[in-house]
Amino acid sequence: MSFINNLINGISLGSVYAIIALGYTMVYGIAKMLNFAHGDIIMVGAYICFFVCSGAGLSPILGILAAVLVCTVLGIVIEQLAYKPLRQVTSLAVLITAIGVSYFLQNAAQLLWTSNPRIFPAIFGNGGVQLGGDLTIPYKTLVTIGACVIIMVALILFTGKTRTGKAMRACSEDKDAAQLMGININSTISLTFAIGSALAAIAGVLLCAAYPKLIPTTGSMPGIKAFTAAVFGGIGSIPGAFLGGILLGVIEIFSSAYLSTELANAIVFLVLIVILLVKPTGLLGKKISEKV
Amino acid sequence: MKRLIIRKKSRKNFITYGIVLVAYIALMAVVSAGAMPSALQGLLVPMCAYIIAALSLNLTVGVLGELSLGHAGFMSVGAFTGCTAAMALADSGLPVWGRMIVAVVVGSLLAAAAGVIVGVPVLRLQGDYLAIVTLAFGEIIKTVVTNLYIGIDPNGLRFGFLKPDIGLGKGGRMIVNGPNGISGITKISSLTAGFIIIMLCLVIIFNLVDSHSGRAIMALRDNRIAAESVGINATKYKLMAFVISAAMAGAAGALYALSQNTVTANKFDFNTSILILVFVVLGGLGNMLGSIVAATVLYILPETWLRQFSDYRMLIYAVVLILMMLITNSSKVRMLLAKLLPHKKSAEKEGEADA
Repeated sequence: MSFINNLINGISLGSVYAIIALGYTMVYGIAKMLNFAHGDIIMVGAYICFFVCSGAGLSPILGILAAVLVCTVLGIVIEQLAYKPLRQVTSLAVLITAIGVSYFLQNAAQLLWTSNPRIFPAIFGNGGVQLGGDLTIPYKTLVTIGACVIIMVALILFTGKTRTGKAMRACSEDKDAAQLMGININSTISLTFAIGSALAAIAGVLLCAAYPKLIPTTGSMPGIKAFTAAVFGGIGSIPGAFLGGILLGVIEIFSSAYLSTELANAIVFLVLIVILLVKPTGLLGKKISEKV
Repeated sequence: MKRLIIRKKSRKNFITYGIVLVAYIALMAVVSAGAMPSALQGLLVPMCAYIIAALSLNLTVGVLGELSLGHAGFMSVGAFTGCTAAMALADSGLPVWGRMIVAVVVGSLLAAAAGVIVGVPVLRLQGDYLAIVTLAFGEIIKTVVTNLYIGIDPNGLRFGFLKPDIGLGKGGRMIVNGPNGISGITKISSLTAGFIIIMLCLVIIFNLVDSHSGRAIMALRDNRIAAESVGINATKYKLMAFVISAAMAGAAGALYALSQNTVTANKFDFNTSILILVFVVLGGLGNMLGSIVAATVLYILPETWLRQFSDYRMLIYAVVLILMMLITNSSKVRMLLAKLLPHKKSAEKEGEADA
């Protein structure tokens, strides 16, 4: 029984990583930048939801909507102010700017909301679905896993079937050619940031529903791990981010349950290294041959 | 023509040596005159450590052209091994400078060993995949050090992993105590030690860059395929740069640890790696003097001038960081600034190297 419990916990944590990783992978695919501020947008989303639900006492659905809205706007504003002027320069310069944005969000959160931990409310209730014996799946776990699957399918359909989604893929493959086909690069990139930030907000709420302690640095470690998950699955690939996220969550929970709690993080990263050595572009990443 | 280029290059190197020397003499003069506030004085050795770390990372990022996000891991190895060596020799009657040298040598040798272990698998990967694996190694090193226990008794050093009970004999004492790290460190590192290590690092880096090997490393950075096709052994030269870089980071770690009362593994986490990377990128890739200036300014700034903003200091630091990147990289922002300040020279020359 404990094995199944651990598996479910792992998939649940993995789903949160997967949602964050999906945002990472979309932004990376199109803007070719590692958006280090992504983890902090998660934190902002969680705080917004916390204040709407716990502070104002409104319904959780309003809380999630508010978080998504605020984070989407925040994502677009950050993109316009900090990243857009740097479209043409080296990715390293954009990386440092993203780090600056990450510092900014963390410290702004510290000033606005102090570093005292807030206890996130149980917005999905405390009950669960009884599955015979002593096995109960909490509602929050079901919601998390369900949300992750829905988001992944929606993203695959969106990028595969819709005009905007196809424009997005075109931009990530070849910006110049896409522009010649009449695609507005700037608005496509802004849209990608908006989607990524909305996903971060949802991930923030789900993360804090499972791990209720909320502080201004809540988002950093899950952000790094989700980034790892995105690379794990092959960065730029949507199913890859999903697979990478789930695997990472399961490995983390299993290694802390069966091997050592202290070493769980190290084991996660060790598995990542081994996978990348065997498959240097991640599990589902495309092998790009180099032109001479 | 060629001689002219070489002369120009070595003149630039001498300017760097000169500036470091003058800065050292000036700082020593101020310190010995007692004119420096003690709070600032305590920052000098860590500042040297960060300068060395930035120089060493510049070798990896600027000269070798590979992004490393786990550089603090090597500092951690150097800090803990160097500090252990210094503390183990505390009763040996070795003079302070002797222990300092042993600590730095042990720290950089073991960090170099870690560099080989990390570098062999890592350098097979490319671009962002390489970056993420260095990040992963940084986190692994942090976790391993957090669970490490080292003690000393008359029979020698004793090691333990995960278990605090390492069976110390009579008269034994703990040195590295798991998550609590090392405490009660005798502060034996000094500004002079920091200065000497900085100068040594500069000599090593400048000579490496000007050597046959250095040109091979930079050729690999600029075009790996072309370099390999003329017979450059990519693995060998990449590993060479990476290991030298790791060894210097180890020296920086040992210097840093021996200027503190306590060090824990958490001090050398992902954020520290990023901090050093910020120094390197803001100072200019491949530009050693730039790294020194950026590390000095950005390390001292939040601790001194920004103190007046108390709670807002890190927020301002973040804004300064973003603005600096925008001003140095975006022509639009620069044009906007030129319009706002009509008398300021707008054509700033940037020694931009490609990443």
